[in-house]
Amino acid sequence: MQTLDDWALTAGVFLPVAGVILMLFVPREREAVHKMVALVTSLATMAVGVFIATRFDYDDGNLQFVVDRSWIPVINSRYLVGIDGISLPLLLLSMFITVLVIVYSWDHFPSPVNPKAFLMLILVLEVGMNGTFVAQDLILFFVFFELVLLPMYFMIGVWGGENRQYASIKFFLFTLFGSALMILGFLALYFLGGETFSIPRLIESASGAISHDTQLWIFAGLFMGFAIKVPMFPFHTWLPDAHTEAPTQGSVILAAILLKLGTYGFVRIAIPVLPDAAVTFAPWIGLLAVIGIIYGALCCLAQTDMKRLIAFSSVAHMGFVMLAIATLTELGINAAVFGMVAHGLITGMLFFVAGSIKDRLHTLQISRLGGLLVTAPRMMWIFGFCSMASLGLPGLAGFWGEFPAILAAYSPAVELSTPLFRGYMVVAALGTVLAAGYLLWLYQRAAFGAPRDEELATHMTDMGRTEYLAWAPILLLILVLGVFPSLLFGVTNDAARAVVAAIPG
Amino acid sequence: MLDHIWVIPLVTFVSFWLIIAVGKRLPRGGSEIGVAALGLALVLSTVAAVQWVDQEKVPSHEPAATADAGHGAEAEAGHGAEAESEAGHGAEAEAGAEAGHGAEAEAHPAIRESVEHNYQWWSSSSFTVMVGTHVDGVTVALLFVVSLISFLVHIFSTNYMEGDKRFTHYFAFLSLFTTGMYVLVVSSTTLQMLFGWELMGLCSFALIGHWWEEKANTDAALKAFLTTRTGDVGLLVGITILFWIAGTFNIAEINEKALAGDLPQTALLVAAIALFAAVIGKSAQFPLHTWLPDAMAGPTPVSALIHAATMVVAGVYLVIRLYGVFWEAFDIGAGGVNLIAATGGFTILMAAALAFVQRDIKKVLAYSTISQLGYMVMALGVGAWTAALFHLFTHAFFKALLFLGSGSVSHAVHSFDMKKDMGGLRSHMPVTFWTFIIGSLALAGFFPFAGFWSKDEILLGAGSNGYEFFLVVGLVGAFMTTMYMTRCVYLTFFGEYRGHGHPHESPAPITVPLVVLSVFSVLVGLINSPWLFGGEWFGHTVENEVFELAGVPVHEFSPAYALVSTAVVVVAFAIGYVLWFRQKLPSGVTERSSIARAGYALLANKYYLDVLYTDIIVGNLKRGVAAGAYWFNRVVLDGIVNGVGTTARVVGDGVYRFVDRGLIDGAVNGSGITADASGGALRRLQTGRVQQYGIMLFLSAALLALGLVIFTS
Amino acid sequence: MLVNQFLLLGAALFCIGVYGVLARRNGVLVLMSIELILNSVNINLIALAGLHGNTAAVTGQVFALFVITVAAAEVGVGLAIVLLIYRNRRSVSLDDIDLMKG
Repeated sequence: MQTLDDWALTAGVFLPVAGVILMLFVPREREAVHKMVALVTSLATMAVGVFIATRFDYDDGNLQFVVDRSWIPVINSRYLVGIDGISLPLLLLSMFITVLVIVYSWDHFPSPVNPKAFLMLILVLEVGMNGTFVAQDLILFFVFFELVLLPMYFMIGVWGGENRQYASIKFFLFTLFGSALMILGFLALYFLGGETFSIPRLIESASGAISHDTQLWIFAGLFMGFAIKVPMFPFHTWLPDAHTEAPTQGSVILAAILLKLGTYGFVRIAIPVLPDAAVTFAPWIGLLAVIGIIYGALCCLAQTDMKRLIAFSSVAHMGFVMLAIATLTELGINAAVFGMVAHGLITGMLFFVAGSIKDRLHTLQISRLGGLLVTAPRMMWIFGFCSMASLGLPGLAGFWGEFPAILAAYSPAVELSTPLFRGYMVVAALGTVLAAGYLLWLYQRAAFGAPRDEELATHMTDMGRTEYLAWAPILLLILVLGVFPSLLFGVTNDAARAVVAAIPG
Repeated sequence: MLDHIWVIPLVTFVSFWLIIAVGKRLPRGGSEIGVAALGLALVLSTVAAVQWVDQEKVPSHEPAATADAGHGAEAEAGHGAEAESEAGHGAEAEAGAEAGHGAEAEAHPAIRESVEHNYQWWSSSSFTVMVGTHVDGVTVALLFVVSLISFLVHIFSTNYMEGDKRFTHYFAFLSLFTTGMYVLVVSSTTLQMLFGWELMGLCSFALIGHWWEEKANTDAALKAFLTTRTGDVGLLVGITILFWIAGTFNIAEINEKALAGDLPQTALLVAAIALFAAVIGKSAQFPLHTWLPDAMAGPTPVSALIHAATMVVAGVYLVIRLYGVFWEAFDIGAGGVNLIAATGGFTILMAAALAFVQRDIKKVLAYSTISQLGYMVMALGVGAWTAALFHLFTHAFFKALLFLGSGSVSHAVHSFDMKKDMGGLRSHMPVTFWTFIIGSLALAGFFPFAGFWSKDEILLGAGSNGYEFFLVVGLVGAFMTTMYMTRCVYLTFFGEYRGHGHPHESPAPITVPLVVLSVFSVLVGLINSPWLFGGEWFGHTVENEVFELAGVPVHEFSPAYALVSTAVVVVAFAIGYVLWFRQKLPSGVTERSSIARAGYALLANKYYLDVLYTDIIVGNLKRGVAAGAYWFNRVVLDGIVNGVGTTARVVGDGVYRFVDRGLIDGAVNGSGITADASGGALRRLQTGRVQQYGIMLFLSAALLALGLVIFTS
Repeated sequence: MLVNQFLLLGAALFCIGVYGVLARRNGVLVLMSIELILNSVNINLIALAGLHGNTAAVTGQVFALFVITVAAAEVGVGLAIVLLIYRNRRSVSLDDIDLMKG
């Protein structure tokens, strides 16, 4: 079993590459083969994930499945992978969502239809996402982090909507800009923190070796890289464009996984490596987070396009996650990871539904929708379910992302200003009202009433087979996590404690 | 049963899924499942109630089980397995000493020990979150009333909703709603209460918007959900604060700590105010009451169940449950004025005044509900804990009766407009008429109907606990209640029939619940009368540890209060009779007096609160603030991003034009030209003959070798 | 040691080869002349290796073997080219092949 364990993470990351290589040699016309190969590859990857989950020791807060091999000896960068309780749920989420996206793609290829290229991009994307969640070496992390960028760029740029050129370039440049500052931070850590890129070793040595002022600068660099990816106000403007223009599958992956890379970066690297700087930055992060909550919600109210509205709701929800992180407490980190997973499932689902509607009607203008509950009752029930989950109804997953964040904000780490965070708490709680407001208002305009556009109404059909297949697992998971939050809190808890171990309180 | 009370919510929850899954395929569209589940729940609730009554009482001066033992078990639960704690939370010896709060407090009679079971839900290293059930008198009383009314509403609905296109969904949501209420009632933690609370909100949303084809209905549904949700911010904040200051979500522990004075006063006060915001939202108190009249857009049985008997009392229930917190925070024992009493008192009068100007029978009842909820809240504010609970209990019966009665009427005349489509229905619908009369008498508080006993206790509590002002408010409220109900009954059942067609009495599924409820409306007040069942039986059954720990004062029935309130009601009825039945209503007052006109306009426009909320706050939020934020997003943030992009392009352009093409290209081109010229010269050498190249190669090599030889030697 | 003789033989062969490469018009003969040049180099390599006297290190011989191998390949390619040229032009005269003329 030891050998299997050693190879498990590597297989989990690079298995999709095998699928990609296989697909390279299959002619483009044989679409069925491509679909099959992609599906089998993603399922196999998922199976590796399940294997990892079964072999994972849930009572251990340390890194597990660690593999440490020489990689680039010149700069002492190593192939160091490993997971803990924070990586595991996100890794599984990434594998899970990829499978479902491929299932959904079965008969929902965006035009120009090219299953070969499209599915290959998704698999490459999976490599990047999985890799980011397991990498424990800064260079390795960076490589995977950037690897994600390219497939997404092509996905938006090739299969996007009308404004895809602008959106894809904005997405690419924005993220790349952040990455540039991030890699500067990484290099500074390398040179000042003991000539190593290994995250576990930096956690031990960096904060002692680097002066406080320098730590602040490094943290600022990392902050830019991660905050843009999250995205936090005011670096979020790439997100609505990217989401609106991206094909359904792109939106889903973007919302479900890509945004998590940013928050994951904070939890995995920025906070444990530079705890002192994190304490200094936390009030500002908290401030931006609550601004994001309110601001995202307000922007939602102003939207006329359904997908854009959901995109802005991501800004608000990620605000909750960032607020939880900013508390720098164990509960806060737990809440943040739960929030990430919950947001991934729920918002991913919302994008799925929005995409399916767009597929049928070729528009998501809210003013032209209406009465969808008449023409597609099941789909809109699901949409209602997800809206409720998204606005944080207790009993569904969204609640456990929001409420513990609010709970944590009442009592942040001892070095942080308690009154300030209590103020944030109240503002965040107000955000839940706005969330209910924009989601239900959207639901009212889209689902209730009579169809506003007779012509459009005739195009609307209810759910198809692949939609059932792709959505049912997510819906189930939203419900199960809502009722049994310990399923996730139990996994993250020990690792969360390790993240904030260096922070007093 | 008391140990396994979780079965009751489970029954209805399973029913919900069953109806969703197979309801449409059943001959009666899933309603049979709902009715059967509620029947079962009713039986179980009754069993629970009986078992509760059968329990031995624990004398208050003898601690039955020390609370610490109970909590210790709970703490152990954090370590792993399903540890249970049976807590006799409040039954501590100190209880007696604590009872000194109210000046007029008397020695407390014994209470029954509550039954509590807790299980670990999730835990982190720093704390454990439990779920559990808590059963005491309050729980069983509410379980019984919720089950009974929900059961009757189900039966009523089988006929009333017949032929509706979403019949199955309707019953599914009724089941789910009942589940939510059960969860709220049996939960032992604040967090769990939140679950039930929001679940009900969701069902309320779905049921108000049941006929979602009409925009007005969905508007009402949205308004209900959003308004209560605004209050729920307070609930989230309050639960959070209580959790951190008390270190637990457990209600009994929080109460205990609050009453023992272990919690910081300021934080406690903030928490109590925040929680009260949620109460204001859910129980439709001023200023968040506006959603309730609009909620009448839903089917009438829903209004009866959710917006009269059960969900709207959730706020009141929250205060009853967490009374220790409110008691300490607002120092209710001290008398005078406090936020709760003031809100409740104001709501009584405000809503009662609005009930006078309504044409829609359901709106009259809606405002009446708000007003009666005001009574309950005020009762809690003045320290009349038992009275509040009792009023909640009796009100559920007669208000459900009135709503179902109005449903029966509308079933016959297909309208809710009293002035246009009703009148003279007395002879057409005798059962509905008589049951409606009974409900009205109970609501008005005529002796010996249910409302009399509970209202009397509230007034007694207000008068005896040092809240004399609220005694007057309560009496004025009673006066107004009687008057507007007189008007309502007159417009509906007396005079000439003004509608179309020939109204008929409703069929049995509708009238039977009416009759059952009217029987309860007559009799249920007697269970707390001083003369029957050993005197104030209801009070002694429901009083729990919080009640005892807080030392809520208990007062003997006072004939004086009863006489005064009866006199007020009789006078009000007499005046109402003259005004409406004898047609002595001064007509044209609004034309003649500008003050009266302004007053009428104020009432007709519901104090302009809807204008404030819908047009000013929400409208501005949607159009002004949200648009502003989005403008900021598009113009400022995106402007910066695009500006950076454009600048980069312009700079790039400049670089390209001047530096690249001018300077660098100049150099490049220059070298190119040189190369061209030299190439022209050299091309002559390029004959294409390999051997010529070979010769050149060798010659040069030879020259170089020569050079080497010369220079190195 | 008869190194001088070997070197002289090498020099002679080299000169013959160079003459052939520069003077002959027939492509095949030019190729053969190149072979001569290469072989003259081989002779030099081996001779000097022998002179060096270190019998354990056979560097020079190894290089010679390399050269032989490369030469074989070169001739193969060269002859193929010449053959193709002949097929296309019916001639192997190098004067006719001036496609590289500037």
